[in-house]
Amino acid sequence: MDVLYLLVPMSVVAMLGILAVFAWALHGGQFEEIDAIGAQILESSDAPSGAALDTDQPAPTRTREESAVVDINSRRSSP
Amino acid sequence: MSVGQAQVARTVAVYDDDPVRWFSLAAVLWGVVGMLVGVIIAAQLAWPELNFGLPWISFGRLRPLHTNAVIFAFGGCALMATSFHVVQRTCQTRLFAPALARFVFWGWQAVIVAAAVSLPLGFTQGKEYAELEWPIDILITLVWVAYAVVFFGTVGQRKVRHIYVANWFFGAFIIAVALLHVVNSAAIPAGYMKSYSAYAGVQDAMVQWWYGHNAVGFFLTAGFLGMMYYYIPKQAERPVYSYRLSIVHFWALIFTYMWAGPHHLHYTALPDWAQSIGMLFSLILLAPSWGGMINGVMTLSGAWHKLRDDPILKFLIVALSFYGMSTFEGPMMAIKTVNGLSHYTDWTIGHVHSGALGWVGFVSMGSLYYLIPRMFGQTKMYSVRAIEMHFWIATIGIVLYIAAMWISGVMQGLMWRAVNPDGTLVYSFVEGVKATFPFYVVRLLGGVLYLTGMLIMAWNVVKTVSSGRAVAAPIPAIAAHA
Repeated sequence: MDVLYLLVPMSVVAMLGILAVFAWALHGGQFEEIDAIGAQILESSDAPSGAALDTDQPAPTRTREESAVVDINSRRSSP
Repeated sequence: MSVGQAQVARTVAVYDDDPVRWFSLAAVLWGVVGMLVGVIIAAQLAWPELNFGLPWISFGRLRPLHTNAVIFAFGGCALMATSFHVVQRTCQTRLFAPALARFVFWGWQAVIVAAAVSLPLGFTQGKEYAELEWPIDILITLVWVAYAVVFFGTVGQRKVRHIYVANWFFGAFIIAVALLHVVNSAAIPAGYMKSYSAYAGVQDAMVQWWYGHNAVGFFLTAGFLGMMYYYIPKQAERPVYSYRLSIVHFWALIFTYMWAGPHHLHYTALPDWAQSIGMLFSLILLAPSWGGMINGVMTLSGAWHKLRDDPILKFLIVALSFYGMSTFEGPMMAIKTVNGLSHYTDWTIGHVHSGALGWVGFVSMGSLYYLIPRMFGQTKMYSVRAIEMHFWIATIGIVLYIAAMWISGVMQGLMWRAVNPDGTLVYSFVEGVKATFPFYVVRLLGGVLYLTGMLIMAWNVVKTVSSGRAVAAPIPAIAAHA
């Protein structure tokens, strides 16, 4: 089973690597104040026009291009 | 570039979504192809006459084509689409090295086409899930390195301090698959499409299943968990149940997965202690797996009613149920005494497909149903009723498939081990084969239903894309998230 002399040290090195990344994440502050982070991805809409999603409302009459530009302008003007 | 996109580009920075669009559509296309090949080989198992005596479409050559197409073409494209989408949205920045991202797309399609041509022609390394010959392996390596550069480069230039948990899962998937691919595919070329593995005998078997098991762990699990941690909260419009648990889930999963591979080699020439370590770590894996499953499902806590009306959430939550089911079944099958019954039987096929059809397939489909309309300027898919129909048809298909394989597998295991008082076998092997026939027909029916669902999805996607258009999405102001 010579191959275990490759696989076991490689897996141990991989584990040490994982530990190093974990230490970086820990000391780099990745795990601080994480309670609100889950909600942050919900703040920005994935819709190109910023329209409400999955509603049965009729689509706005303006074209998508217009709404995209309007949306961007409103974002820029907000602080 | 349309006028609208030009205007947007001039006024504000936009996300680089072209690779996301291409990969999502490719995922749907390859899903149809891969599942069709699966249905064909399921029919061949029930009626071997369907091989027609032609080597190019015989079971032995189409089976690796099926696994490569569904795992690396369908699953791979879905992972690349969603990882490029998630990493941009959660890091609030454009893709790093856009030209390289396009190389990842075209390079990956070239790998898929090369597989679709070379496998039916009989070129194979003979390693399960790593059949492709060495020139294709080199292309895979190049594409994968480019993928890693784009992904980690994007994380590196993020505009928010925290790296969202989905990116950790995607990142672990990318690094682990690179390592697995390079070590397992090490071979000495002996011609332009012929090579010999760098390892021999049981050494080769051990490397193969170190690869095979971790491919399941990091390609088919970690990558798709990345999808789960972004698209379930987005579709449910609720934050993940416990963000702390998601972090524990990630670290616990990647620390334990690497050591479970030997459970594929119980009762072989592999040393007993290595088999036992494999079994032990497989059992330990139950804890992080179920922690993650519960975390995902409980995201809907307090909003269960959404599950009633929203077929996309049905896909995503049922995917997690199958994840929980197969991550319970897996550790059980890794116990040596259970494995003595289950190994080499159809039970294994049933287990793999409850994970593949139920978890990987459903979480990809749910994520693509969320992603595709938004990538083409729509608020939802062309037909929500068609999503609902897809969900139910595919679910019935999975239940038929895995129930047939459970019964057939346990029956095979019991027939093979049945011994007369005088020590002779009760059943000859062919009697076991004969007894499985009805279950192979039921399995085929399940596969046909699952493929039907995928065809409905393809129709729905074509309708959605043709009635929409690619619109550039602006990157929101950073101040809101700093």
